[in-house]
Amino acid sequence: MPECAAQIDGLSVVIAIGGVPVRVNTSDPAFLELLQSRYAGFVSDADDAEFEFDVELTPPRTASDPDADVQVTHRAGRWLLTRGDFRAEWEPASRRGWIRQSANPYSIDAVLRIVHTLALARQGGFLLHAASGVRNGKAFLFAGVSGAGKTTIAGLAPRDVTLLTDEISYVRKQGDAYVAFGTPFTGELAKLGENVSAPVEALYLLAKGPENRIAPVSMADAARELLANMLFFAEDPELVHGAFQTACDFVDRVPVYRLTFAPDARVWELMR
Amino acid sequence: MSGKLYLARSPRIAARMLGDEMLVMSGQGSTLFTLNPTATILWQAADGATPLDEIVEQKICSEFEVAPEEALRDAETLAQDLAKHGILLVSEQPIANPNMPAQETR
Repeated sequence: MPECAAQIDGLSVVIAIGGVPVRVNTSDPAFLELLQSRYAGFVSDADDAEFEFDVELTPPRTASDPDADVQVTHRAGRWLLTRGDFRAEWEPASRRGWIRQSANPYSIDAVLRIVHTLALARQGGFLLHAASGVRNGKAFLFAGVSGAGKTTIAGLAPRDVTLLTDEISYVRKQGDAYVAFGTPFTGELAKLGENVSAPVEALYLLAKGPENRIAPVSMADAARELLANMLFFAEDPELVHGAFQTACDFVDRVPVYRLTFAPDARVWELMR
Repeated sequence: MSGKLYLARSPRIAARMLGDEMLVMSGQGSTLFTLNPTATILWQAADGATPLDEIVEQKICSEFEVAPEEALRDAETLAQDLAKHGILLVSEQPIANPNMPAQETR
C-alpha cells in the first residue's frame, strides 16, 4: 500500500462481525486493549482473517470532527475513506488496508461499518438502521430513522429475546435466505449485541402510536423504506444498482410490515 | 413533434417490478423513481427499435380509452420527461443499445 503507515509489529486483534474476521494490527498496547474491550464478544481467535488493517495512531486533532460527513471514493481498485477524525484506505483485491486515526474507538468503528457495508454489498447483504433480536430461533428486524423507536423496542425485549443490536443490524444472504447477525454497533442502549445469528423472519418498519398494531406494506413501499434505512456510503453506480436489487430481492423473500407500537412490552407478544 | 421517436432503456438504470409498481433507480445520485402505468409501458417497450407511435397504438391505446393522436402527444411528453431524468434514451433514429438493462418483472 503506497500510503501505508509505519510497519506494525506484533500486536493484533481479530474482530469477527457477521462471521467475517478482520485483523487489526497496532503497535500500541493500550490501543489494542481498548479494541479488545470495545469489541468483547466479537474478538476471534481465527488465524485467517478475511481483511487486515494496519492502524497508525496519530495525535488527537483539535479540529477533527467525527460528525463530519464520511467521504468514500473508489479509485484504481482501492477504497479511500475519510472523515474529520480518520483517513483509511482499503484494497479488496489484496484484502489489506490501513487506518490513520487517534487512539479512540469511534474512528475504527466507522471504518469497520464502511468496510463491512462495501463487502456485504457485493454479496447481496447490507447493514441496516434497525434494532434486531432473536426469538425462538427466528430473527426480527425493527427499522427506522433516529427517534423511530429502535432503542425503545430493544429495551422492551423480554428475557427470552437475544438482542442482536439496538442500532445497526447486519444482514447476509445465505443460500435463498437472509440471516441476521449480532453486531457491536450500539445506539443509546450502549449495550453490545450478542454474537449470534438467525434467519430473518420479518422486517418491521417502526412507527410510534397509541396502540400495538401490525399492518401490511406494499412491496414497493417496503423496498423504498428498506433502501432509505440501509447504510450506504459510496456513490459508485454498480454498488447503487446492487443495493437496489438486494432491497428488491429481500422484500420478495421476507415479509415486511409496519409496526405501530405504544411503548409497552406487550408489543413483543406480536413477535413469535 | 414530427417524425418518429425511438426509446431505449438507459443502461444507468436498474429496474424491478414489485407487485404492480415499477421501481427504477438511477446509479447516478441514487435516485429512486416509481413509474406510473403509462411510464411503465414505455419502459417495458423501449427496445430502441420500435417507434413510439407503434408502442402507443399497440400498448397504450389498447389499454386506455384515449384517442391515438392525444395518446401519442402525451406519450411524447412523458418520454421526454423520462429522458430528462435519465431513465429513457430518446432519439429520432433507432437506438442500438446492447447494454441496456433487461426488463425486470416479478
